[in-house]
Amino acid sequence: MKLHGVRVPHKKNTADSQPVKMAVPSTVSIPMSMHIGKPAKAIVKRGDTVKVGQLIGEADGFVSSNIHSSVSGKVLKVDEMTASNGSKVSCVVIESDGKQELSEEIAPPKISDFESFVAAVKYSGVVGLGGAGFPSFVKLSVKDLSKVEAVVINAAECEPYITSDTRTMIDKSKYVFKGIEALKKYMGVKRFVIGIENNKREAIHKMQELSDQTEGVEVHILPSVYPQGGEKVLVFNTMNRIIPKGGLPLDVGVIVINVTTLSFIAEYLENGIPLIEKCVTVDGSAVKEPKNVIVPIGTSIEDLLEGAGGLKTEPAKVLYGGPMMGIAVPSLKEPVLKNTNAIIAMDAKEAKLPKTTPCIGCGECTNHCPFRLDPREIARAYRLNSGEDLQKLCVDLCMECGCCSFVCPANRPLVQTNKLAKIKLREYLAAQKAGQEKEGK
Amino acid sequence: MNKLISSVSPHISGKRTTQTIMLDVIIALLPAAIASVIIFGLRSLLVIGVCIAVCVLSEFLFEKLCQRDNTVPDLSAVVTGLLLAFNLPVSIPLWQAAFGSIVAIIVVKQLFGGIGQNFANPAITARIIMMTAFSGTMTAWTAPVTADTVSSATPLAAAAKGEIASMPSYLTLLLGNHGGCLGETCALALLLGGIYLLAKRIISWHTPVAFIATVALMSLICGKDVLYQLMAGGLLLGAFFMATDYATTPSTKWGKIIFGIGCGLITVLIRFWGNLPEGVSFSILLMNLLTPYIAKMTRNKPLVGGAK
Ligand code: SF4
Ligand code: SF4
Repeated sequence: MKLHGVRVPHKKNTADSQPVKMAVPSTVSIPMSMHIGKPAKAIVKRGDTVKVGQLIGEADGFVSSNIHSSVSGKVLKVDEMTASNGSKVSCVVIESDGKQELSEEIAPPKISDFESFVAAVKYSGVVGLGGAGFPSFVKLSVKDLSKVEAVVINAAECEPYITSDTRTMIDKSKYVFKGIEALKKYMGVKRFVIGIENNKREAIHKMQELSDQTEGVEVHILPSVYPQGGEKVLVFNTMNRIIPKGGLPLDVGVIVINVTTLSFIAEYLENGIPLIEKCVTVDGSAVKEPKNVIVPIGTSIEDLLEGAGGLKTEPAKVLYGGPMMGIAVPSLKEPVLKNTNAIIAMDAKEAKLPKTTPCIGCGECTNHCPFRLDPREIARAYRLNSGEDLQKLCVDLCMECGCCSFVCPANRPLVQTNKLAKIKLREYLAAQKAGQEKEGK
Repeated sequence: MNKLISSVSPHISGKRTTQTIMLDVIIALLPAAIASVIIFGLRSLLVIGVCIAVCVLSEFLFEKLCQRDNTVPDLSAVVTGLLLAFNLPVSIPLWQAAFGSIVAIIVVKQLFGGIGQNFANPAITARIIMMTAFSGTMTAWTAPVTADTVSSATPLAAAAKGEIASMPSYLTLLLGNHGGCLGETCALALLLGGIYLLAKRIISWHTPVAFIATVALMSLICGKDVLYQLMAGGLLLGAFFMATDYATTPSTKWGKIIFGIGCGLITVLIRFWGNLPEGVSFSILLMNLLTPYIAKMTRNKPLVGGAK
């Protein structure tokens, strides 16, 4: 069996661009929610002085994440802001003093066993850097370590434009393998599979070179068919296992970790500097010089674009992440987040999508969906308000990869409808459950 | 600073649109259109022109009247006009051709909701209605201007009646130098068009191959001349261009295969045992009616994986 997908343009213009460190911006805005889960609790207030790496937001609850200052300077305000998903989160705005003084808190973590390893990963504030933003330590907190048969390292980087993972593999290959060693040592994992799309020759070469010298590491070269980096797609293509609907990779004995996340963990174990800066691919038709830059988390997109060489024309659309799954930002004041791996600025021409026309029933959408969903039927069930049909059509399986919308000749907003349909299905299931409970009483 | 566009992902789209698909279909139909002019003379162009013009105009006016979005630019009405013309004899009175075009667009397509919503193929349904309404002119076969034979009967009719003498040779069939509907006679041109659609992935191989293979196999079993059955009549036109219509046929590969086999069986049934020499149109229409059921049966199964 083969999972379907689509061939998207690669546009990996920045694959050879070694990341350069950008000058520290005058202010940074660091939201307390840059991860999936509960927002962190801000522990600084207006007027406090902070240093680089100092804890400014504390993980609140189990699925949450620590947040550290990315600059040294003074806290201007702790504000409420609207996150890109519409929810309100508090945001710490820090004026940089330009000195980038390191906090005294910083020291390599002392690790002796699995618990202290997970604790260190938790403290570092690292989340899934491939874009998902799920707190990494939660993923690694496996109750029964014997269940983990393999770790799949997600280095597919299947979105057009983005090359920050590619650069990790080229510039930090050493740390990727140190990360592997750490997982071996503290979690007892024996098998590692690095999944890379075949359009990254240099990265593949680097990884193969090192895997030859390391026991238990395979490099799995994937075809460049989007979305190889989707967790379920990756696990299927590397391990030939299907993660059940609603399940986790662990249900089939696998942990999936992004390659940059892994390399960051290894670096953190060595120097104790928490997650405060990101390598970001800056590209898109409105950008003057596409390149990779390293910036403090919280840098505004405006400052980032400026520091990376500026814009050719006024952008019509600017994305967090790549064009297939990225989020269009409402303004250039938005900050670079922990899981921001690219900022794509599109000019009016690139941002223009064909007009939406009536569905012609071609079936391209369902025939290209990696999970074989039928977006056309989902749209119908959504229109008819049928929670039952949505459940049958498994809309909750949709990973919003965008293959269906991409291929649709009528340019129907299929992903958008799927998102709404998922909400409707959740409501339907909740109502059903409530109804059953009532009957039970 | 202008406002940034905010929309849900994805932010890029493939190159194909309904319009480019229809344009490719038109390109694929061109060889057969040119062949029809060579074979039947300039009147063929006139019939094609009338059908296209009336189809486009009906679509435009009807949508205007119902305040629907204008779908003329998607070119689907042009395709319907072309296909309908291909299914008519060259001698058809022009008002009848115009009538058929109106039926195709307004009754079969627009009244069911417009592009993508109709369950039956507009060109085929209109042709069948015309065959009933104008049975005389719809079967008045003109001899090709290029042919030196006197007979103008369609090859399938000749075969059905056992008139061996008036059955054209394979080469004649390939070139289309014989009586028949204006777009269905030149097997070579239709094959070219079909290959173009396959190469451009506008259609998949499943329907045409299943359709044609079924007819071939059944002809073999029934002791008929296989090549003859494939090239004479509307099989190639139907299999490549009409049994592959998106809205009225299943969209998964098994659905397409079942659809193709069904079309093949019904075609053979009508050709060999029916009263009509030709059965392609009826077979496609009948299978159009079954499409919702086939589609339901063969829908892609979501990959839910094992039990959690
Ligand atoms: S239905 Fe969901 S999973 Fe399938 S292609 Fe569309 S976005 Fe991707
Ligand atoms: S790809 Fe678009 S036009 Fe084709 S069936 Fe799906 S929704 Fe309809």
